This record gives sequence, C-alpha cells and structure tokens, in this order.
Amino acid sequence: MTNSNPVISCKNVWKLFGFAPEKYLKNLPENKSYEEIQADGYIAGVKDVSVDVFKGEMLVIMGLSGSGKSTLLRCMSRLHDITGGTIAIDDQDIMSLEEKELIELRRNKMGMVFQSFGLLPHRSVLENVAFPLEMRGQNKHDRRDRALEVIKLVGLEGREDYFPRELSGGQQQRVGIARSLAIEPDIWFLDEPFSALDPLIRREMQDEFLRLQDMLGKTIIFVTHDFDEALRLADRIAIMKDGAIEQCDTPDKIVLNPATEYVAKFTQEIDTARVVRAKTLMKPGNKKSISGPALSENATIQELARTLINDTRKEFPIQNESGKITGTMNRQEALEVLLGDE
Amino acid sequence: MQNSISDKYKIINDKSILWSLLALSILFVIAKIIGVLPEFLNRMPEEAIPRYAETLDKGFNNNRDWMTSITRFFSERLEFQLKVMAHLFYGARVHFFNPIDWVSLTFPATAFVYFIDGRKIALVTASVISLTAVLFTFFIGEETQLTFMWVFLGLSAVGAIYLIIKHEVMSPIIVLGIVSIYAVILNGYKLGPLPWSSIAATAAVLGYYLGGWRLALLGGGTFIWTALIGQWKLAMETLSVLVVAAPVSFVIGLMLGIAAWKFTKFDKFLRPLLSVLQTLPFFTYLLPAVIFFKVGPTAGAMATIIYAIPPMILMTTLGLKKVSPEIVEAGKMAGCSRFQMLSKVYIPAARTELLVGLNQVIMLCLAMVVLTAFIGMPGLGAKLLAMMNSFKLGRSFEIGVTIVLVAVMLDRLSKAWVVKQPVHFERGAPWWERHFFLLAAIVAFFGFMLFSMEVQFADQIGRKQHFSKGKEIDGLIKGFLDIDAVQAVTGWLRWFLITKVLIPFRDLLLWVPTSSFILFITVFSLWLGGKKPAIYAFLFFSFVASTGWWDRSVITLYTVISAVALAMIIGLPMAISAARSEKWSKRILLFCDTAQTFPSFIYLLPAIMLFGINDVAVIFSILIFTLVPLIRYTVEGLRGVPPEMTEAADMAGASRFQKLINVQLPLALPTMAVGFNQAIMFAFFMVIIAAFIGTQDLGQELQRTLAGTDLGKNFVLGLCVSLMALTFDQTIMSWTEKRKKALGLK
Ligand SMILES: Nc1ncnc2c1ncn2[C@@H]1O[C@H](COP(=O)(O)OP(=O)(O)OP(=O)(O)O)[C@@H](O)[C@H]1O
Ligand SMILES: [Mg+2]
Repeated sequence: MTNSNPVISCKNVWKLFGFAPEKYLKNLPENKSYEEIQADGYIAGVKDVSVDVFKGEMLVIMGLSGSGKSTLLRCMSRLHDITGGTIAIDDQDIMSLEEKELIELRRNKMGMVFQSFGLLPHRSVLENVAFPLEMRGQNKHDRRDRALEVIKLVGLEGREDYFPRELSGGQQQRVGIARSLAIEPDIWFLDEPFSALDPLIRREMQDEFLRLQDMLGKTIIFVTHDFDEALRLADRIAIMKDGAIEQCDTPDKIVLNPATEYVAKFTQEIDTARVVRAKTLMKPGNKKSISGPALSENATIQELARTLINDTRKEFPIQNESGKITGTMNRQEALEVLLGDE
Repeated sequence: MQNSISDKYKIINDKSILWSLLALSILFVIAKIIGVLPEFLNRMPEEAIPRYAETLDKGFNNNRDWMTSITRFFSERLEFQLKVMAHLFYGARVHFFNPIDWVSLTFPATAFVYFIDGRKIALVTASVISLTAVLFTFFIGEETQLTFMWVFLGLSAVGAIYLIIKHEVMSPIIVLGIVSIYAVILNGYKLGPLPWSSIAATAAVLGYYLGGWRLALLGGGTFIWTALIGQWKLAMETLSVLVVAAPVSFVIGLMLGIAAWKFTKFDKFLRPLLSVLQTLPFFTYLLPAVIFFKVGPTAGAMATIIYAIPPMILMTTLGLKKVSPEIVEAGKMAGCSRFQMLSKVYIPAARTELLVGLNQVIMLCLAMVVLTAFIGMPGLGAKLLAMMNSFKLGRSFEIGVTIVLVAVMLDRLSKAWVVKQPVHFERGAPWWERHFFLLAAIVAFFGFMLFSMEVQFADQIGRKQHFSKGKEIDGLIKGFLDIDAVQAVTGWLRWFLITKVLIPFRDLLLWVPTSSFILFITVFSLWLGGKKPAIYAFLFFSFVASTGWWDRSVITLYTVISAVALAMIIGLPMAISAARSEKWSKRILLFCDTAQTFPSFIYLLPAIMLFGINDVAVIFSILIFTLVPLIRYTVEGLRGVPPEMTEAADMAGASRFQKLINVQLPLALPTMAVGFNQAIMFAFFMVIIAAFIGTQDLGQELQRTLAGTDLGKNFVLGLCVSLMALTFDQTIMSWTEKRKKALGLK
C-alpha cells in the first residue's frame, strides 16, 4: 500500500448505545469486557477501534451478525456521532465539522450503499438514483443522463419508471448500488451491498467495483458475510467481534497467523491454499543456483498446485510483476499449505 | 430477589390505600344516612366556590381589544375565501377585492404546490401568478381588471399546456390547476354558481381514479342525489366551508406537528393540551369563535378549523417518527440540507400517516360544520336542526341521508387516496395517457359546464323540479309510529327506563355526598389504572366539584354511564355472536366503519323519531352512537385472538362457553377496552349535543352560554366535561397498557 497519509483514520473510536454514554465512557475502567458493559445497560456498538484506511485501498470488514460492522461504517460517515476517540477523513476531524461542511463532505466525497437499501419509497428508480445528484444541484438533464447510465450499468434498463415497491429485493439493492455509483465518490461505504444479488450479477458488480477502484483509485470500505467475496476484493480484512476489531491484516496473514483464537475459528473453514500467495512463503534473496521457470509472486498456492506437484525442484524462484526474481519458495512448505498440515 | 420483595410491599401498600379510601368513601355515605355528615363534605359550600368564570372573564375583558383586533384580521381573510367558495358553490355575492385577500388565497396555494411538487419552478410560477394578481388589483379598476385577468389567464394556460406537451413535467400541470381554479373563481365573479352536473361529473371521475367504479358511483351519486332531492344549496353551503376549513386545518396541523416532532419540549407542552382539546365539548369551540370571529360562516369555519387540528398534529408527529432510519440516513448521505431532509425525505416518506391525518381532518371538519348550526351557520346542519325542531321527520330524514352520503363519500375517497400508491407508466406512453384522469376531469367539468348553459336542468334544479318526498315520508314515519304495537313498545320502554332505571339511578348519584363521590372515583381509578390515573382522577373531580357545577356534572356523568351500560348490554352479545363467523364479522365491521363516519348530529334523528323529545331519546341517541365503537372493537378483539389459543382450548375439551370465558375474552379484553374507552369519549361528546333535545346537564348550561358572551363560564363548563372524560380515558388506557404488557401483546 501507499505510505501516504491515510484517507480515513480512526483512533480509539467508541460508540456506546445507552443513556448518557459520554459520561459512562469517561468513568469506564480499562479492560472492561463487552458483557460487563452490557450488564451496565450499554451496548458497545464500536469498542475501542483504531484503524487506518489508505487511498485506493479496499478494506473488507467481516464479523458475525451484531458485531458492529454497520455501526463502525456509520461512525465513519458520521451518521452516528461517536462517543469517544477521533475519526479523521483527509486529516480533518469529522466530529468537529459544522453542519454545512459535513453536508459538503457528503455531497462531494462520500457514498454509501445501505444494508436494507434505504430507497425513498415515493421516488421512481430514476429519481432515486438521481437523488444525490439533485442534492448536489446538478441540472435536470445531466442528472437524468448520468442516472440512466448507471441504471444501465447495474442492469435495470427499462425499469427506470418503476417504484421501489414494484421491484424485487435484488433489484432494489441494485438501485441502491446505482445511486451510490452515480456520484462516483472518493470514499465508498458498502454495507453488504451484494447480499441480495444472484451469483452472476454479484460477480459482475464485484468486477465493476474492482475496476473503479483500480482505475480511479477509490477508497472502499466493504462489509460482507461472504469469505469468497472478501478474498476476491480485499486488500485487507478486518475481523470484528463484539464491537472490537480482533485483527486487521492482509487475507493471507489472517489465515496463516490468526491473532486470536476467535479469528482462527472464524477462518478455519477456509482453504488456506486459496488465500496464501507465493509472495507470503517466499524467502527473499536471489539464488542464482536455481534454474528453470520462475513463478509469479501474486499467484495463490492453489493456482500453482499443478506446478507444485509436477515440478520436483526443491526450491522455486519467484518473480515480481516486472519479471525480476525476488526470492525463492520452498516446495515442501508450499505443499504443506496446499494439502493442509494434518 | 430484593426487587420482588419490595414489589410485594408496594402491592400491599397500594392495596391498603385502596381499601382505606374505599372505607372512607363508604363512611361518608353512612354518615349521611344517619345524618351526621358535615355539610361541607356533602356539597361544596356556595361561599367557598372560587370565581373561576368571573376571573377569566375579567382577564378576557381587559385584553379584549388587542385580541379581537388580531382575530379580526384573520377573520377577514378567511371571510374572503369563504365568500369566494360560497360564490362558486351556491352563488353568494362577493363584492370586495382586496390585495391582501389575494395573498391570503394564493400564499397557501403556492406553499401547497411547492410542498407537493418540491421543484422551484412550481414555487416561481405560482408566486408570479399571485404577484401579478396583486399588482393588477392595485393598478387597475375593477372593471378593466377582469378583462386583463382573462388575457393573463389565457396566456398562462396556453403556456402551461405547451410545457406539459413539450417536457412532460408535472409542475406546470399543478400550475395549470391553480390557473384554472383562478379562472373558475373569476368566472364565478361573473357567472355565478357552478352547475351541479359539473361537480357531480368531476366527483365521479375523481372517484374512478381513486377507487374504480364503486367510488365513481359513490362520488357522482352523492351529488346527483343531493341535487335531485333539492338540497343542493344546503349541501353547498356546508361544503363551501369545509373546502376552506379542511386545508387550513391540515396545514396548521402539519406545521405544528412538525414543530412538535422537532422540538421535544414543545411536544411535551403540547400533549396535555391536545388531550384536553380533544375532549372539550364542541360548545366550547363555538362560543369563542362567535366572540372573536363574528357570527355566521366565519365563526363556524374558525371553530371547525381549530376543532380539527389536534388529530392532524398527532398523526404528523407519528408519521415523521416512523420514517425508517435507513431512509433518513440515505437522505443524509446524499447531502440533504435540513430543509431538504424535511421536504424531500421525511414528508414524502410519511405520506400514509399524513393522508390518514387528512382523512381525519376532513371527517372532523364535516362533523363540526354540521354542528355549527348551533351558532347559526346555514347549511345542512341548520336545516336539519330546524326540521327536527318542527318535528318534520320526512324532511329531516332526507337531510340525514344527504349528510350521511356526503360523509361516506368524503371518507371513502380520502381513504382511497391513502392507499393509492404511485404506479409507473410504460415507457413512451403519450402525455394524454399519463395524465388521463386529469384530462378526463377537466373535460367532464367544462363539458358539463357548457352543457348546462344550454340545458337549465343540468345547471340548477329549480323549486318545483326536485324529487323530494318529504311530506310522504313524513306521513309514513308518523304512520309507523302511530301503529299501536310500536306505540306500546316505545311507550313501555320509555316508562320503564325513565321510572324504573334512569330516574332512580340519577337520584342515587345526586344523593351521594360529593366527597365520597370523588373518593369513589379515585378508588376506581386506582384499582383499574394505578396510581397516576388515580391522582388525576382525584384532582380532576375535585376541580369539577370546586366549580360549583357539581349537580349538573353528575347528571352528565349519569347520562354517559347509563347510556354506555345499556350499549354494553345490547352491543356485547351482538358483537360476540357476530365474531363467531368470519362473514358476519366482516359485515359488521364494514357497517361500523361506515357508521363511524356519520357526523354525530345524525344520531339524534332516529332517537327523536322513536321516542320524541325526552330523556330516553337522549340516552338512546348516545346509546346507538356508542354502540359503534363497542361492537367494532369487541369483534376486532375476539377475531384477533390467535387461533393456536382457541385450538389449545378445544383440545382441552372446553365447551364453547368455557372457551369464550377462559380464553377469548381475557385475550380480547385489552382491545375491547379501547373500544370501551372510545365509547365513553363518544358518549361525553354526544351528551352535549343532546342538549338540543333538552337535558339538565352541563350541555344545557353550555348551550345557554351561546346566547351571551359568558366566555369564562363557557370555558369552565367545557373544562368540567373534558376533565371528567379525561379521567376515564387515563384510567382505561393505563389499564389497557398494563394488561397488554402482561399478556405480552406488545
Ligand atoms: N441505534 C441503535 N441503538 C441501540 N443499539 C444499536 C443501534 N444500532 C446498533 N445497535 C446495536 O449495536 C450492535 C451492532 O449492530 P450492527 O448493526 O453494527 O451489527 P452488524 O455487525 O452490522 O450486524 P449485521 O451483520 O446483522 O448487519 C448490535 O448489538 C445492535 O443491537
Ligand atoms: Mg449490518
């Protein structure tokens, strides 16, 4: 990732639900558990979360239902006022923003897809999609053109005049996606955006978002329950439990070195070979002694399976994208990952 | 553990309070029997009664001038609108033409357009029209003004039509609507009332648009009946007030509702006020209206407007609170400003509740407009009052039918609007298809207008042309009542009820010492509703006692209690047997739904027909009025019992009766209590109306105040009624809440 300043920077963010939460948080002793807080009549939606998201990065948040994923997203977009800590977007503390500035920020930089769509019931598909553009003060014709464009992109062509209640769940979700696509925000909050889509469209949409992120360098925070999806999209994955982030790391590190037992349990069903890339197992240093074709550092072990089994070299040279050899990978280690260590 | 112990103590505590209060109350009664009760415990001594009414009057008289000068301003604006409508509907003369009046007419219209359409173009166009109208009235004399106006209107109409065809946008349509309203109004200046056939046809198109053939028939049919029966002018007198009062009420209610939703403090302040307002007898609305807003339509309209505001406020706050948080968040993320949030997200999303509010506003307005007959407002109500006074039952009956038809029509149409959701058109549908109904309505309206220029019958129905059968029906009804058997039954009922039930009960209540009466009510509230309602009960009834109107209040209470009790004796068995079958439940619910829309005044009619003018008629009119909610909620409650429960009872081998007593009734009771509560509230409302028949209660005294300017007395009397009603309301609703919680129904 780039080393520049983070786009979103959360430091010790707390969000407590309950009566006068600020006061409660102030007097909260350290290391109080989620259950103890709950016993006091508060719910820790977000519990002491620190995380940075960089430009052009796709951060995927995972966790069980009720673990606080949506709440964290809402804190970042300031739909919730946080109880403690700071959140900065482009080095600007969002809690200190005036109402006007906040509106500007949302109009110009942020977009969100909601878990249960949040469509305006009295507006047609077209008007729903054009709504944020309307708020930006764009003129009628431009907004119509742009809206039609994204409606086509999500495959709802011909339904522009339908009302939300006349659409299926998946179609409604696509309207929500189209609405956020319409403004092409710099920062994108996606709360389970594809949960109601069929596999085919879901894949298309994933590709679309990957393309946008690649081409335009968008920053995306993505919530999902689907590990496959996470693996396809994520630069980093954050695993949440009871409001806290248990671990936030690249997919292969999460799978190979789970920081806590919970993360280990969470990831145990995953086929390690699909996650781990050659790069992860690689030992740096260019040993000229090994001959033969080099393997790409970004290939997963699963993708390399055939080579690993057929090619009997002890070590494989590994090359980066530009074709430069950067290190070697041990075949035995790689096979262990592929077959799973019994 | 600790909790349950302290709970136990609390219960013991509550119980002991309850018993000691009851004992005290009985003690006073016994004391009175043996004649040792001190007089001040029996009745509040005259000299101790605070002079509420006089104090209020004094305060009022000191501030009268500036208050009336403000209200005068509003009443003049209102008067103009009323006159325009009156002119349109039944050809009353309008002779003045004041710029401020134009603003008062166009400003709400403009605001309304913007509210619906939300686009600036709507705002701009509507403001341009109103501004021009104002300028015209400033600079041009009355005669030329009309010519210019026509040119101007013609141009805007052409422009609007061009815009629709070219861009297919909605706002010019609305603007066109306004323009045509103006055109019609101005047309009215010259041409007089709208032809009845035009109105009937438009109503039919509207009905068809909202709910298909049935509503088309209802909409058109109501007006056709009204015209043919020869009551067109009366109905239009009533409707012309309604047309002004309902929108004004709606807008004020909406704005106050939004304020209450935004500011919690305001909400807290408003809520108790609204409860009082909703239980205040209608006479208390009428007198201030008369004093502040002149007599006649203006006062009537004003009373009506204020009367219909509270439910609109409640529905608005309810609707806005219910908007789903994700929709709100979607609005925020789109970068809505505060005003945009309100106008583009909250209000459209709360559409259903707001329209339900509108429905309630319309129905309350109608009920009140009819009642304003008491302050001399002409129209259906006044005619009905006069006809009943002179015992012309046939004509009364016909007017009754008209009122009922109008009520049912307004109710059904507005309810159909509530459930009507926008539906998309196929792409490429031509503009006339998109706006088919609007065009149909315009064609129907103007078509019949032209038609009636040729055919007089379609325009106005003359004196000799109508089909009223008043005399014949009169004869029929009187003949029926004269049949010996009927006479015997009603006569016996009258005798039995009056001498064996009502009078003794009333005398008993009047005999009970005030102090033990108050204590007894308090005990009742404590037992049923808990501590809070009990405290209210004690305070409220003590206040009533302190006003010096105790005996009359007790008579009011006695009438309410006897009527509701009788209604229960009749209604509950009916409802229980109807609830057994799906088919009958549906029928009876439909009937109750319909009956509930009738303006309360109507219920006097059958009572007077059957029993003449006496106590029994009073009780009877309240009885049928209260039967409606009683039956309705009982049926709903019983039908709402989950089938698993009754099946479980079946499996346990319960007989039908056991099942009813042990399973169905207990579960239905909270819902039934709501109906019971509503019945009591209705009864308090009706008992005041029954003052017309001749009662000796607060209502009678209230009616008398209308003749003078006893504002203070009127207010105090109204408050007595309101507080007694609220006592029951608090107690029963608090019980219902507790019960629902206990049964896990919430
Ligand atoms: N407005 C609120 N008031 C009180 N509690 C809330 C509120 N919003 C969320 N919570 C609580 O915060 C916790 C986290 O909720 P959140 O919606 O963030 O979960 P989630 O991880 O998004 O779950 P899911 O996968 O089901 O969407 C839950 O226990 C929830 O009950
Ligand atoms: Mg969620």
